[in-house]
Amino acid sequence: MDFGPHLLLAVLEGAVGAAVLALTALGLSLVFGVMRVVNVAHGEFFMLGAVVAWFIASPIAAHPAIGFVAALAIAPLVAGGIAVVVDRLVLKRVEYDPEATIVGTIGVLYIIQQSALMIYGPEARPVEPPFNHRIALPWVEWGDSGLSFYYPWGLSTTSYKLFVIVAAVAILVTFWSVMSRTRLGLIMRATQLDRETAVAFGIPVQRVYSIVFGFGAALAALSAVLIVPIQQAHYLMGHDPLLLSFIVVIIGGLGSVRGTVVAALLIGMSDGIISVFLSPTLSKILATLLVALVLVFRPQGLYGKKMA
Amino acid sequence: MTLRLEAINTGYGQVQILYDLSLEARPGEVLCLLGRNGAGKTTTLKAIMGLLPLRSGSITLDGQSLSDLPAHQVPGQGVAYVPQGRRLFTELTVAENIEIGLMTRGKSHRTRDRVLSMFPRLQDRLDQPAETLSGGEQQMLATARALCLEPSVLLLDEPTEGLQPSMIALIADTVRAMRTEGQAVILVEQRIDSVLALADRVAFIENGRGREVMDTADLRDDPSLVRKYVGI
Ligand SMILES: Nc1ncnc2c1ncn2[C@@H]1O[C@H](COP(=O)(O)OP(=O)(O)O)[C@@H](O)[C@H]1O
Ligand SMILES: [Mg+2]
Repeated sequence: MDFGPHLLLAVLEGAVGAAVLALTALGLSLVFGVMRVVNVAHGEFFMLGAVVAWFIASPIAAHPAIGFVAALAIAPLVAGGIAVVVDRLVLKRVEYDPEATIVGTIGVLYIIQQSALMIYGPEARPVEPPFNHRIALPWVEWGDSGLSFYYPWGLSTTSYKLFVIVAAVAILVTFWSVMSRTRLGLIMRATQLDRETAVAFGIPVQRVYSIVFGFGAALAALSAVLIVPIQQAHYLMGHDPLLLSFIVVIIGGLGSVRGTVVAALLIGMSDGIISVFLSPTLSKILATLLVALVLVFRPQGLYGKKMA
Repeated sequence: MTLRLEAINTGYGQVQILYDLSLEARPGEVLCLLGRNGAGKTTTLKAIMGLLPLRSGSITLDGQSLSDLPAHQVPGQGVAYVPQGRRLFTELTVAENIEIGLMTRGKSHRTRDRVLSMFPRLQDRLDQPAETLSGGEQQMLATARALCLEPSVLLLDEPTEGLQPSMIALIADTVRAMRTEGQAVILVEQRIDSVLALADRVAFIENGRGREVMDTADLRDDPSLVRKYVGI
């Protein structure tokens, strides 16, 4: 394949990764922003989403579309529900102390992971996409006879991958409207800015924390349901999303929605492009290097506020 | 409504700050808390808001316990707080800060219009983030946000700190208006002239303990206590 079509293919792959990464990282960023909790178990809620999707979709494998839609609705609820329980049983007990919650969520990580191993098993299992048409993509070339369209061999994507991008954008827009336009969003933003004053104005901060933690886990699970028809469900699949989400949240600026989305695009796209042209390992090395540079030269991240 | 603190003991974590402190704020009255920096005035107001758990003692509003409620239910009883240093939701707009005040007790646009009419300068800045306001405007917003509760008890912690005289006068007018409406006002204030002009009674606090409580008129006649407890 020529460079141009090859690049387009890499960009498309990158966009799918970036879209899903943005959703996952947004969950991590929301939880850190509002609760000041570094949720080390975030990747496990992602994994839960994929595994639950498999449990829902596989018994009705004859109707992949129904299974997928059901998974899309139920998996985030399950992950969110478990997160609310974790909030009540673990985070609340240690009074949201920043260090204790790190240790606590490490414990939660292993509990969820080992439970998945026991219940779901060590196999990687696919979930059928609801639809999956191959779409050949055209390329333009300036040849002897002027501008010409053609379909290069191997330049194609699937309707499902395009759907993932569109769905992720729709979810991001919905999230943004909830945060900026609704009363719940206002309450979450006020709690993030000043917890004590929020209480003094009647905001039930404990309940807000439960909602936020559940919401963050649900976002991770939702992005896993979107990606599982492409990637397969596996009990260890939470590692990469956790690492990449951390990278995104640090680069974007802790707790900043805009920064998270911009950094997810940056990291997701470059991850896709470098993986296609060079190697996936190199792309992770470069991303880690970028984090180091950000921490040295702009510790608050691209859009974060300087700590006072 | 009458707010009563009876022998409260509280502090931050293991550190006890207030010892057997008792106070009473009556409707239609301005009670001033006076004491040195670090005496425990802010801590007293935080305790009233339920932000610090009591080790012992009680806080009641017309006989109903406030200190047994979860902290976020205290403002719902009609206790509004203007914290020291204003503590606005800085990245939220003026309108959003006001909205949070209205939400606290489910007040309507009528309350909002009435409160904003007291602070016309906020009206022109509704869509600005609170952090872009001047110091005086920020104090107006912190006061307006509290008045959106239509409170029966208003707690003001050093509302004139760092303000110009014209702003101080506006805050004083607001306090007088609240008293006229029959609210109980607890005011922490360092400027003795403001205290003497505004307060009905003065309560001295020293090292977290309640000292003399007296009518302002008596204090005017004999300011020696001010020297003793505040050191001016
Ligand atoms: N968050 C806190 N944690 C621990 N100690 C505090 C805290 N806030 C205030 N203190 C201490 O409590 C005492 C009373 O403080 P405060 O109530 O703010 O005094 P003031 O009368 O100046 O308002 C001081 O000794 C102060 O150092
Ligand atoms: Mg103080």
